[in-house]
Order: sequence, then structure tokens, then C-alpha cells
Amino acid sequence: MLAARINETGLRRDERLERLKLFGLGSPAMLLILVILVIPVGWLFYVSFIGADGTFSLENYERMLKRKSYARIFQTTFEISFLTTGLCILIGYPLAYFISGLPTRIANLCLITVLLPFWTSLLVRTYAWLVLLQKRGLVNDWGISLGLWDEPIKMVHNMTGTLIGMVHIMLPFLILPVYGAMRAIDRDLMKAAANLGASPKRAFWTVFFPLTLPGLFAGSLMVFILCLGFFVTPAVLGGGKVIMVSMQIVSNIELFVNWGAASALGVVLLVSTMVILWIASRFLNLEKMTGGGH
Amino acid sequence: MFRWFNAPATETQVTHGQRLWLYVFAVITMVLLVTPTLIVVPMSFSDSQYLEFPPETWSTRWYDHYFGSPEWMQATRTSFKAAFLTMLVATPIGVLAAYGLHCSKVRFIRAAFVLMITPMMVPVVLVAIGAFYAYVQLKILYTMTGLVLAHTVLALPLVVIVTGSALKSYDMSQEEAARSLGAPRWKAFLTVTLPQIRFAVVTSALLAFLTSFDEVVVAMFVSGGDNPTLTRNMFNALRDQIDPTIASISTIMILVTTGMMVLAQLFGQQKEPSKPKD
Repeated sequence: MLAARINETGLRRDERLERLKLFGLGSPAMLLILVILVIPVGWLFYVSFIGADGTFSLENYERMLKRKSYARIFQTTFEISFLTTGLCILIGYPLAYFISGLPTRIANLCLITVLLPFWTSLLVRTYAWLVLLQKRGLVNDWGISLGLWDEPIKMVHNMTGTLIGMVHIMLPFLILPVYGAMRAIDRDLMKAAANLGASPKRAFWTVFFPLTLPGLFAGSLMVFILCLGFFVTPAVLGGGKVIMVSMQIVSNIELFVNWGAASALGVVLLVSTMVILWIASRFLNLEKMTGGGH
Repeated sequence: MFRWFNAPATETQVTHGQRLWLYVFAVITMVLLVTPTLIVVPMSFSDSQYLEFPPETWSTRWYDHYFGSPEWMQATRTSFKAAFLTMLVATPIGVLAAYGLHCSKVRFIRAAFVLMITPMMVPVVLVAIGAFYAYVQLKILYTMTGLVLAHTVLALPLVVIVTGSALKSYDMSQEEAARSLGAPRWKAFLTVTLPQIRFAVVTSALLAFLTSFDEVVVAMFVSGGDNPTLTRNMFNALRDQIDPTIASISTIMILVTTGMMVLAQLFGQQKEPSKPKD
């Protein structure tokens, strides 16, 4: 019996079976994602093309083009996403550079200041900013007592507050990949550059900076994508004055129970996210970033 | 001091003095990263409605209010239960999936991996309304089952990524050795592989717990009725006014997450270099 099985086709069949069995181990996870995420989102796609009368129509998308309020929502969303990403780069890059130059032990201590907010609940951090930035809050109190400004400034329930909160929440997503890239750079390259006569500035911009670009791209992409779909922080710190796409989706469902409008917005949001990821994947190894693939 | 100022700080001989701006900037940034969250802790013990810092009079009235409120207690129980169950569901099926994806060499493995990380790429609002719709059809809206399943979907990519990267640095030939000595595959996995990737598995489990515990948007849609989560109630309270009770709840949540983080670091540092969740 054994002899009969040990031939080429038999072995090949066995191997194929083995592969499929192993693959099957992932089936509970994949099934769950299919049923709870992929199929419902597919249904949202379908609903977005159904008009109020129940037949196929593009009215949900036409409304988006026609109404000024929708244009403003998309503008706000992209504006906030760009500004947040930009500010994160401006603040996060120098910090990552600073930490990456420290001895490992101290660097790890400094990294805790990045990881602590990263692990803390988003809602808690948003609440903290709400408390700090309010009219009678700490920032206004100290600003006035230090004589920096005379009367309470409105820093929350507007764009300023939203941006402050979002930059604070997104910073770790930028710092961690940039830090990783910087840590991996062989610092002897800088010595070599200096040795060959490059000024510190030139050595930084022509040797060090280009080597950090993959990390910087990865981090910025992450921040930008997360910003596009952000809900909690702008909803709390924006105080209804800053409306992003995800907030409009929620109010379309909670207040107006308009699934058509909500899903059309959702489709646009999802497609923009996917397009950005797709473009990015042409320049970057996304699988390497998420640790997947072989 | 002056000597330090003029000592070279970098490979390109930039002195500390020339880089002073960077030090000042970095320290300010690090302080700003940490303090806003931590300042809530002393503030929660303030007696005032306006949450002063430093508090003029100290009191635990906001904690009394929190612990004395049946609604908040109910929500806290729901959150802990959901987070615990999410951890129990997401960890095993995520680890199995990571193992399957790692070992199987079928052609569509890439597609399967992309599917596994979609919950991370799709905006969470869409996950929320999609699940809301699905649950109406499946008749599990506002149930614990529904909440746990949705949170499991959100936690799965983290489990698969963290466990998967541990498997990648693990030498599979050890498992093959066990199998060639007669151990069935499941036994080889349980007795040889699993003990060696256990730190990644524990980290995944903690991440799954936190994912559920901190989650707001999905919970807003699929938890409700008798089963609202803590974050859902907090979010609703925040939209209305600045309720100082939230400060006391925030303090408790900071304690929970810090505890989890310390646990993860402790487990992580014994074997592999500590790795931030990515």
C-alpha cells in the first residue's frame, strides 16, 4: 500500500492537499472578515447606486457634485489631512532624528514618551485636549497669567482645536517608522561624507535624509490615510463646526437615516483611500511595512 | 559646560551648542506628547466643576459619582467583557490564520493576506455602518456577540501581523524535525512552535484586548440598548458638555492601558527586542 502511494502523482496530490489544509487554518478569520466587513461594504457600494425610488440611479453621486456643502466637506477633510500630515512631519522628523542619535538606553526611555500616548485611548487623549484648551482651561489660564495674551482665546470647537488634537494623536504613527529608518542607517556614511569634504548640512541632505525617505513616506502615508477617515477627534474638538466626511456619513445615518447618501460618501472615501494606497504601493513595499508577504 | 558646548555631537562634527535648538525642540515635543494625557489624572481629583490644575481643593467626588452610577458601572462591565471576549476569539483564530498563511504556499496567499489586513485599511466608519447593516439582517444588533465579532474583525490584522512577523524569524525546520520524529502537525505546533512564539502571541492578545476596549465608532453603532460600552457613553457625554466624571473614567482607562503596556513590554523584552505595534 505504501509503495502504491509513493509515486509522483500521489505525492503531488498529497502536497496540494496539505497546502489547502494549511490554508484552511485561516478560514475562520477570513470568513469573519468576509461576513462582517467585505460583504456589508459591498452592499454599501450597491446601495450607493440606488435612488430614492428604489431603482438604479446616480442621484447620490450627483447630489455630492451639486451641493456646495458636500464640496466643503471634502475640502475640509483633505485640508485637515494635509495639514496634519505636514505638521506631523515638521514636528516628528526632528524628534525622531534627536532620539535616533542617542545611546540605545536613553533612546528607549525617550521612545516611551512616544509609545505612551500611542497606547492610551484615543477618546481619553481627545478629552484631555478638550479640557486643556477650553475657555477656562489650563492653556488659557497660563497664557493669560504669563501675559502672552489678554483674554481667553477660543481654541476648541474649531479648526485649531481639531488640528492640535489630531497632530497629537497622529505623531506616533509618523515618528515610529521614521525612527526605524534612521536607526538602520550606518552612521559611518556621515563620517565618510564629512571626510570627503561635505559640510554638515550637505552631508545631512544628500546622505542621511534620502536614506530616511522610505520611513518618512510610510509614516506620512499612514497618517494621511488615518486622517481621511477620522471621526472621534474632529467630532469632539471640532464642536460641529469642522465637518469631515466620516462625520457626515454618521449624521446621514443617525439623523436622516439616508443610507443612499451615506453609502455614496463612504464609497468615495473608500475609493480615495484605496487609490492613495495603490499609488503608494507602486513606490513603496507596503507588504514590508505591514510585515506580510513572503 | 563650555567644553560640552563646543564638543562635537555628530559624525559631521556639529557641536552640541549648534544643535541646542534641536534639544530644546525635542524636549518640548516630548513633554507635549506625554503631559496632556497625564494631566487629566490630578485634575480628576479636583473638587471644581471646571477641573482646575493644580486643584485648589482635592476630592474624590467624581470617582464617587462614577462608582455610584449604575449606568457607568454597567458600561464598564460591558467594555471589559467585550474586550476580554474579543481577546479570546481574535487571538486563536488570528494565530491559526498567521500560521496557515506562513506555511501554506498556495498561489492566492497574497490575496488572502490582503484580505486579512483589510480591516486596517477600510475607514472605521465604513466598518461600523457595514456591521450595523449586517447585524440588522443577522438579528444580532445590540448584542454582545455582535460587538465581540466586530471588534474581533478590527483586532485580527494586528494579531496576524504581530504573530506573522514572529513566525518569520522562527526557524521552521525545528517543527519539521519534530514531525519527522513522528509528532502530528498539531502536536509539533503546540509543543515546539507555540512556546517559541509565545511572546508575540501574548502581545497580540493584549493588543486585541485594547483594540476592543478603546474602540468608539463601531461600538457607537452596534452596541446600545442595554449593552452600551464605556467608550460609547463617554463619547456621548463628551459631545454634550465637559462632564468631570469623564476625567475620573479617563484616569482609570489610562491605568488599564498603562498596565497592558507594561505587561506587553515585560513579556516582549524577555525574548525578542521590544517592538511597537505597527
